[in-house]
Amino acid sequence: MKVVLADYGAGNLRSVTSALQRAGAEASISTAAADVRDAPLAVIAGVGHVESAARGLAASGLDEAIRERVAAGRPVLGICVGMQLLFGASEEGGTGLELLAGPVRLIRARTVPHMGWNELVVPRPSALLDGLEGEDVYFAHSFAVEPEDDDVVVAVADHDGRIVAAVEHGTVAGVQFHPERSAHAGARLLENALAWSRSA
Amino acid sequence: MVKKRVIPCLDVAGGRVVKGVNFVDLREMGEPIELATRYSALGADELVFLDITATLEERGPILELIERASAELTIPFTVGGGITNLEEARSLLRAGADKVAVNRAAFDDPSILTALADEFGSQAVVCAIDAKAGEVYTHAGKTARGRNAVDWGIEAVSRGAGELLVTSIDADGTRAGYDLPLTRAFAEAVEVPVIASGGAGNAAHIADAFAVGAEAAIIASIVHERPERLPELKAELKEAGWNVRI
Repeated sequence: MKVVLADYGAGNLRSVTSALQRAGAEASISTAAADVRDAPLAVIAGVGHVESAARGLAASGLDEAIRERVAAGRPVLGICVGMQLLFGASEEGGTGLELLAGPVRLIRARTVPHMGWNELVVPRPSALLDGLEGEDVYFAHSFAVEPEDDDVVVAVADHDGRIVAAVEHGTVAGVQFHPERSAHAGARLLENALAWSRSA
Repeated sequence: MVKKRVIPCLDVAGGRVVKGVNFVDLREMGEPIELATRYSALGADELVFLDITATLEERGPILELIERASAELTIPFTVGGGITNLEEARSLLRAGADKVAVNRAAFDDPSILTALADEFGSQAVVCAIDAKAGEVYTHAGKTARGRNAVDWGIEAVSRGAGELLVTSIDADGTRAGYDLPLTRAFAEAVEVPVIASGGAGNAAHIADAFAVGAEAAIIASIVHERPERLPELKAELKEAGWNVRI
């Protein structure tokens, strides 16, 4: 299936594109609002600050394209900062797309960033996390989402407290970890995401 | 909790691996992506590519290597070695490195760390610090800089570094274990992960580094000689009660 990665200037998207291709997707990168709006699955990836990412999305008009596709019931997957962009105000500065309710807060832990492999705990069954309970995935972040509605949380990890690792609500999904850097578990997540988006 | 990491370091020059690696099934030693993929399959948590003879003119091969590694690897990788300025560090990250390790350039101009963190996020910025008797050394350990290493590490974090890669020049190459007092001093001083480097000879050494607060440990010669040692090391660490990824 066709997957479009929104290119809003937030870093190199090659690794995510390649991982999606390995998972069987026909993945491409686009700066065009129409591509991001209409693709069967749109992915928001990238690194860095939520604030500059949000600015990049707005400047490229991709924020509206994503809102329109969600309004039309088409699926979106956010990865790392891309997941934080699905939410509201960030303590790092800036505000996301507010497709899901809740802030993005600085992690309170002995060691920040939350960096490395951590085990997924899956509180309820979901299409996105199918088969991933107890699997190790790679995290690299200092800020984390705190959803208002706990029902959207489909995976957590422990780092001196709960870190929301994945969310899924209707046609909006996100993962805080890096599936493109999480070996076989990451590949499984992306395969699940493709299956989820087909049925979403 | 987040797992302790074991990170093989590959020395590359001109885009090729240059330090003794005995891979029996490789026709010619030194294809970095093949070696990296092999380590990944054997359970490496991350990889470091250290571009040891890098000069500005020779950056071409490493950029090409990073582009391929970014597309083909399924674990994170850091690129470092010989970075002299912000633009070089930026070009390595733009080519697809997950993290860049900056050493002398950051010491000479700490604002580089801030600029990289602003553009790519702190999680992509590793400050590499070489220390001898607690003092910062640069230029491959040849030049003493007259500054306490931990003191510089604290500043590097405040400037934007998301990890510190601490190499003990005293311990490097000895295989007698990491410099534990140095590793402990860093781990107690900063809240970012500290990666211990220099001196690994066996699993007990890695465990010792973890015990004094290192979040990760660099290994080189002990796995380059025999890559199958890597899963053995991790199994031994697991057996000893350490939270490592198997």
